[in-house]
Amino acid sequence: MALLEVENIRKSFGKTRVLTDISFNLEKGRTLSIIGSSGSGKTTLLRCLNFLETPDHGIIRVGGETVFNAETWNNMSEKEIRRRRLHFGLVFQSFNLFPQYTALENVCLAPELLLNEEAGQGRPKKELLEEIRSRGAALLTDMGLSDRMGSYPHQLSGGQCQRVAIARALALRPDILCFDEPTSALDPELTGEVLRVIRELAEKNTTMVIVTHEMAFARDVCHHVIFMDDGRICEQGPPEEVFNNPQQDRTKQFLARYREG
Amino acid sequence: MEMILQQLPVVTAALNEGFLQTLKLFFVTLIGAFPLGLLIAFGSMSRLKPLSVVTRVFVWIIRGSPLMIQLLIIYYFPGLVLKNPIWGGGETGRFNAAALAFIINYACYFSEIYRGGIQGIPVGQEEAGLVLGMTRRQIFFRVKLLQMIKAIVPPMSNEIITLVKDTSLARIIALQEIIWAGQAFMKGSHGISGAIWPLFFTAVYYLVCNGVLTLLLGRLEKRLSYFR
Repeated sequence: MALLEVENIRKSFGKTRVLTDISFNLEKGRTLSIIGSSGSGKTTLLRCLNFLETPDHGIIRVGGETVFNAETWNNMSEKEIRRRRLHFGLVFQSFNLFPQYTALENVCLAPELLLNEEAGQGRPKKELLEEIRSRGAALLTDMGLSDRMGSYPHQLSGGQCQRVAIARALALRPDILCFDEPTSALDPELTGEVLRVIRELAEKNTTMVIVTHEMAFARDVCHHVIFMDDGRICEQGPPEEVFNNPQQDRTKQFLARYREG
Repeated sequence: MEMILQQLPVVTAALNEGFLQTLKLFFVTLIGAFPLGLLIAFGSMSRLKPLSVVTRVFVWIIRGSPLMIQLLIIYYFPGLVLKNPIWGGGETGRFNAAALAFIINYACYFSEIYRGGIQGIPVGQEEAGLVLGMTRRQIFFRVKLLQMIKAIVPPMSNEIITLVKDTSLARIIALQEIIWAGQAFMKGSHGISGAIWPLFFTAVYYLVCNGVLTLLLGRLEKRLSYFR
């Protein structure tokens, strides 16, 4: 059974339809990339998965549990929305790190706040806090940032900031990690270090949804590719098929433009 | 010169007393205007259209008209027009009226500073907090508040320093602050009359006070400079 099931998502901003009948599945441990030109609805789709936008219609399931249903959503308590949101993590194009906290504090803040609320399962709080700290440190080490844990975001390069943001998203152990054009705000020479980290995550079977303009990366790393055009899924399939043998004219056009560029 | 030295102890004692009243008005205004300003800021940013329109019109009136006139209206309107002298006659009544006028006036200026500070924080900060499962309350207190404080310290410092000098406007309703105390020596007070230098000398008090404030606020700004 698929870990993530998305059914007939529709979304309009006022009279402008931005997503039309989006449906797809994603298996556990797999990586999906969403490609398409700007304005095709990729980012909005990702924001719907993280409940930053509310779809007008459709259903989202994670591991069989319905986490979103447009028809019952309005009655949902904020607390319940927050709980369901934690199935997903999101890494933003512009990092959105908290500037007043160090790299390590950025990673640990949300888990610590959750701990305060849940008031640990019988174990002393100090022990649990230490666990969060050491896990945060381990995540940053995985990201190659063991020497930058005490640095503030403004002291880090864009690539380092984005890797902190990835560690921060992972700290809450989301089922599905989403990336919104994670390298688009970076200098070209810094994209490599971020893509390498995402590649490593894919090798560790992290379930991921990646909106990207890095076609070579999507082709090499992802198991499944969705090409979006004008708010619809125009074509989807394994990368070999979508990239090497696209069926739709629109996909061919889009990919041809990338090859030229 | 000799004369001035002779008069100095009496004059400084009187000026000190006046300056105490100045400082009292200054601090009471800050204590009242800091929270009221935040309230007005939330009002002007409210999604309730009528509330935000009314608040903005109010802020426009208060910021757009002279504080001196607001002082006069608040002090004289109840007694002379409504025939209900709520302030009473004494120094306490004058102080209360002055404090009310200053608090309202400065709250409106502060509200615009708060608004700038709140709206200046990128939406991404809120969104990052949300996807990390934080409550709106946690996002406000743990993420946005310090960024907001950092952003408003420089414009706030400006207003605070202006307030020190603006307290002298309370002279218009005869509040016995330092300008009033200095001026008294022109007409005659404590056996000294026709002396203008005490009035000029009051400027030293304002200068010293603002010097100290500038240092303190500068230090606060520096303490918040560890992040950007």
